[in-house]
Amino acid sequence: MISLGFISAGSIQAGGAGGFDPLLPGLILLLPLLGFALNGALALVSGRRSADRVRNSIPEEDHTAGSVPLTHSLPTWIGPGVLLGAFVLTAINFVRLLGVELTEPVIRSYWSWMPTGTLSVDAAIQLDQLSMIMMMVITGVGFLIHVFSVGYMKEDPGYPRYFAYLNLFVFFMLVLVAGANFPVMFVGWEGVGLCSYLLIGFWFQDREKADAGKKAFIVNRVGDFGLLMAMFLLFATFGTLDYGAIFAAAPDTLLYGGGIVTAITLFLLLGAVGKSAQIPLYVWLPDAMAGPTPVSALIHAATMVTAGVYLVARASVLFALAPVSAAAVATIGALTALFAATIALKQYDIKKVLAYSTVSQLGFMFMGVGVGAYAAGVFHLMTHAFFKALLFLGAGAVIHSMHHALHSTHKDWDAQDMRNMGGLRRFMPITWITMWAATLAIAGIWPFAGFFSKDEIIWYVGTAGAFSGLYVVLWGIALAAAVLTAFYMTRMMIMTFHGPNRTGEPESRHLHEAPLNMTIPLGILAVLSVFGGWINVPGSVRESFFGGFGVLPMSDWLDRWLAPVTQSADAVRASQLGAYADVAPVGGGHVVWGAIATVMALVVVIVTARYFLSQPIQPAHEDGEPDRGIGKVLYNKWYVDELYDAIIVRPLIGVSRWCWRVIDRVLIDGTVNAVGSVSKGVGWFGSLFQTGQVNTYAFILALSALAVLGAFIF
Amino acid sequence: MTGLLDAMGYADWILHALIWLPLVGMAVVLLSPEERAKHVAFGWALGLFVLSLGLWWVFDPDGPLFQLTSMTEWIGAWGVTYALGMDGISLFMILLTTFTMPVAILGSFNYIRERQRAFYSLMLLLQVGIVGVFASMDLFLFYVFFELTLVPMYFIVGIWGGERRIYAAVKFFLYTALGSLLMLVGILYLYWQSNLAFGFASFHYFDLLGTPLTLTEQLWLFAAFALAFAIKVPLFPFHTWLPDAHVEAPTPGSVVLAAVLLKLGAYGFLRFVLPFFPEASAHPTVVLVMITLGVIGIIYAAWVAAVQPDAKKLVAYTSVAHMGFVVIGIFALTTNGLQGGLIVMISHGISTGALFLILGMLYERRHTREINDFGGIAKVAPLLATALVITAMASIGVPGTSGFVGEFLALLGTFERYPMLAFLAATGVIFAAYYMLPMVQTILFNPLDREENRTMEDLSGREIAVLSPLVGLMLLIGVLPGPILERMEPGVQAIIEWVDEGASGALLDAARDRGTEPGLGELPVRSELSELGTSALGTSTYDGTRRIHLFFRDEG
Amino acid sequence: MLAEALILSAILFVIGMLGVLVRRNVIIMFLCIELMLNAVNLSFVALSRFIGIEGQIYVFFVMTVAAAEAAVGLAIIISIFRHYETVDVNNFNLLKW
Repeated sequence: MISLGFISAGSIQAGGAGGFDPLLPGLILLLPLLGFALNGALALVSGRRSADRVRNSIPEEDHTAGSVPLTHSLPTWIGPGVLLGAFVLTAINFVRLLGVELTEPVIRSYWSWMPTGTLSVDAAIQLDQLSMIMMMVITGVGFLIHVFSVGYMKEDPGYPRYFAYLNLFVFFMLVLVAGANFPVMFVGWEGVGLCSYLLIGFWFQDREKADAGKKAFIVNRVGDFGLLMAMFLLFATFGTLDYGAIFAAAPDTLLYGGGIVTAITLFLLLGAVGKSAQIPLYVWLPDAMAGPTPVSALIHAATMVTAGVYLVARASVLFALAPVSAAAVATIGALTALFAATIALKQYDIKKVLAYSTVSQLGFMFMGVGVGAYAAGVFHLMTHAFFKALLFLGAGAVIHSMHHALHSTHKDWDAQDMRNMGGLRRFMPITWITMWAATLAIAGIWPFAGFFSKDEIIWYVGTAGAFSGLYVVLWGIALAAAVLTAFYMTRMMIMTFHGPNRTGEPESRHLHEAPLNMTIPLGILAVLSVFGGWINVPGSVRESFFGGFGVLPMSDWLDRWLAPVTQSADAVRASQLGAYADVAPVGGGHVVWGAIATVMALVVVIVTARYFLSQPIQPAHEDGEPDRGIGKVLYNKWYVDELYDAIIVRPLIGVSRWCWRVIDRVLIDGTVNAVGSVSKGVGWFGSLFQTGQVNTYAFILALSALAVLGAFIF
Repeated sequence: MTGLLDAMGYADWILHALIWLPLVGMAVVLLSPEERAKHVAFGWALGLFVLSLGLWWVFDPDGPLFQLTSMTEWIGAWGVTYALGMDGISLFMILLTTFTMPVAILGSFNYIRERQRAFYSLMLLLQVGIVGVFASMDLFLFYVFFELTLVPMYFIVGIWGGERRIYAAVKFFLYTALGSLLMLVGILYLYWQSNLAFGFASFHYFDLLGTPLTLTEQLWLFAAFALAFAIKVPLFPFHTWLPDAHVEAPTPGSVVLAAVLLKLGAYGFLRFVLPFFPEASAHPTVVLVMITLGVIGIIYAAWVAAVQPDAKKLVAYTSVAHMGFVVIGIFALTTNGLQGGLIVMISHGISTGALFLILGMLYERRHTREINDFGGIAKVAPLLATALVITAMASIGVPGTSGFVGEFLALLGTFERYPMLAFLAATGVIFAAYYMLPMVQTILFNPLDREENRTMEDLSGREIAVLSPLVGLMLLIGVLPGPILERMEPGVQAIIEWVDEGASGALLDAARDRGTEPGLGELPVRSELSELGTSALGTSTYDGTRRIHLFFRDEG
Repeated sequence: MLAEALILSAILFVIGMLGVLVRRNVIIMFLCIELMLNAVNLSFVALSRFIGIEGQIYVFFVMTVAAAEAAVGLAIIISIFRHYETVDVNNFNLLKW
């Protein structure tokens, strides 16, 4: 009935082609789950202890001094430990897969999850090139962030709970990318949302943070609704929900550009938009910064928010069959990229800048997968995971340091406001240098990782102009967004690390570089941010400056790696749309535009840096908010939250109240009570005949008897 | 396990035991000392639960549709029998009942302070009625048990309830009694028609199955039955008794009400309405109306729930939303839909039961149900918070919990036939988050700014024992619903075939097989008689003591 | 002979009935009820001559019931009298609701 050989056994249903025999794939998922169970148990123990303290008004334990209880020392090893184990296992499997020509995914099915009679869904995972590379990113970057968290969260009373959630998140994220069918993927999909909810509201005693978690969950549920509908449509069309069966049958079953496939993909897109924080559902991500900073790095930059991109890449065949939906993906991506970038221009909270930057970069990925450059989208997903995780962790180190400095004199300044920082490079050189590496990467400057991935996306969007004029417009938007990226990132770096220090003299003495367990992850990520892009240097331009005149290795590696996953989508697009153009919409080849992009970014970085260095910056409490013009609008994020509040949230609550007060109470209960009242009234009328006088009764009795007799006689 | 059970003759007595032993328990509770009553009742209910577990092994998923059947004459002159039996659907309903009872009783140890003997004996009486409903194979017997559940519940709400308990109890009683009286009329009409058509009087389920009825008759009877069950479910707009009853009922009352009593309605639809009136049940307008009401219930109840200041009322409205999923699943008349509806029933029983228990625990500590009176509880009661979060997630259908499996399948099944309505119903998953998360946040999170909340105790050992099986089951069913789905499938398929193909399929075979049931001998079975057509009228010659011949035999 | 007996019975019955309807004193009403019962008894006896012995059996039944009724009724009347110190039915309206 149940195959309990979760770890080693599991039946191989399909694939195994090319001799790829994965090593304990189930254990990769199981390890983080085990970590969750252990850390969760510790969290409950420590939670109860701390609850006793709260009840008896004893201050929280201070773990910085004296002995650390077991509940706080064990998670240090369990949390990152299980991730390391998962990463090593993934890496072993990845290396094994490297030498293999795998055309069919390897599927491990553990038990039959929902056998209803007509539907059969297995709890199964699927290993192929796409899921393996996602798992590498998740476990690899995840491990680094876990290590960083040890330093960052050490003093928090909720330390074990933190690691429990973080481990659980990794488990669900792995389920998401490894699931072999839509429902299993959906388990991961909502599971990561749940963990995101718990982690955003990690410091739940702060109302704003708890609100942010709630908002993230509810907005995500809108997307989940889309995914549900897509699954229903898929089942109605194909009678199954397994990836393999659906994607194999899709090109023959579905009409190109037909209504069904368009509906399916638009619903999938709704799901992707929710999870990947695209217009119009991006509003939760900036608020999600309420969570601990490593969480923002892991969940809200590197992994969970890229799930939408993964989904589109996974269902690439369907999107290829639905040109309208694909165009919608690209358009939403482009609009989001530009829109979020404009907001990032005017934010002062270092994490908010990074949050909007993430939204913007996710827009780039959407553009990529929208125009059919699935590998480019996944490529940017990967490099973005490196440099954005680095930026968030660096920001975490800065906030950590700022927090200590401000805490030392009990100054109530905002530790995240960049206006209160400045000149931090003297105090935190490693953080400074690594974050610059990431900034140059995200700005798209050759030869940093982001250059290759972003350039590839922009190039594909431009050359997709051959299919439709729409993509020419999107190409322009993408270029503009790229320029803005360079601008706001440089602004952030200058305000944070350069110029005079604005923290205050007594405080600045407490500013310090982060400890080793935080800087080492930064260093590793910095290396990846610099070199990570070299795995996919476009082969066609390898001999130019692009490929370092032929020096950079591994040209087109990722494209070739992902080819088995995207080949059917590529085939559909090629047969229906033809080839991409080989020049940009306004002329110029790939090399030219690569050079233009990197020079442009460099110029923007330099000009912006000079501008902000010359600009006097006031600490937050002296500066105040911009009060007029476009600056005010951008600072207030285009008032989108206010707009949603006015047109969705408030009306919904109003309607709900009205339903309750009017329909439920007045209409329905009113009717029910009216029936009761009428019955009572009739009873009262009848009781009028009950005089209580025996004679009356006897008289009526006699009359009635006579009447009956009379009836018999006549 | 099976061998041991066989040796005990388990299959022969278990259903009778599960129905009547609670009555014995009732007597024992009444005879025990006041302060011991709860322990006796709990022990008794727990024993019954352990006893009922054998059903899992005794029930053969590959065996006949209805198993453990038995039949004894009760009121011979009217063709009333004491007939029991169960299929995969009843199996889980019975298990859910026997499981809920000890949990609810254990959860009420601190809540019920007065007249404990009376309270716990009424709880056991309630169990008699509920298990009886799920195990009855005779419509008369069913009706008796169905009505029997009203009486103890009326007293439980009316005596141990909150401030407006009398209003709530009377409303509950009148609402449901009104519906079931109409159903009684329907039952009698059906009985009479079957009598006319087949030539003998019987209330037995199989004898009433396939009674030839014109569409008009079916629609009227459908309305009579459906009203009774719709009120019980409750289906919008017949739901307003539920919030009042839930709010006023004591914790264990709410738990049993939500976990099993509401299921009587949905079970009634499945067991009786669909098979008895297949044409009416598959009538496009009827289906449309039922599913639309279900969808309205899902969305409307979610909205109304979201603005409730009273936590218990909020959860009560969520029941309406959940049961909406059950109704759409049932009337979609697809395998996935029915399976999903049934899983929602089980899941809702567990998760909503747990929610009421947790709210009861909070009430015992703070003597308030106002959501806004709480805040930051997670800090002082981490175990309670964990339980509430998991339960809330199961309630709103997060994958990995039982709620997801049910809602997913119910929606999927509905989508197969009514995509637009399924689309609307699926928005319920958004609104579920909209009502549940604010409540969870306001109770568990936010600043711990009230002194009464700061000194609140976390779960006691007893409370952990109450909640952990519920939480465990939510996760277990979410991950491994297969064994349940497989056991329910034959019953579900039989109903669908019956409705789809108009009185044929597995249900008919089950009715035919009854000819070999112990104690019945070789009886002509209804379906065979129906093949004889009208000539069967008055020609039935068998066993005159057990069934009367038609009153108007001579006229025929 | 039969006709005379039935007429007498009818006269007695009507007298009794009028008494019940018109009089206010409970004791009198009570006596009138007895009168009605006995009027019926008379017709039973008279008819039994022609129809069968059952009529006479019924008379015994009626007499027994009347005796029981008298016992209970008088007890009620006495307790009412003790309470209200009157036997006028106009003062008794406890039957209302």
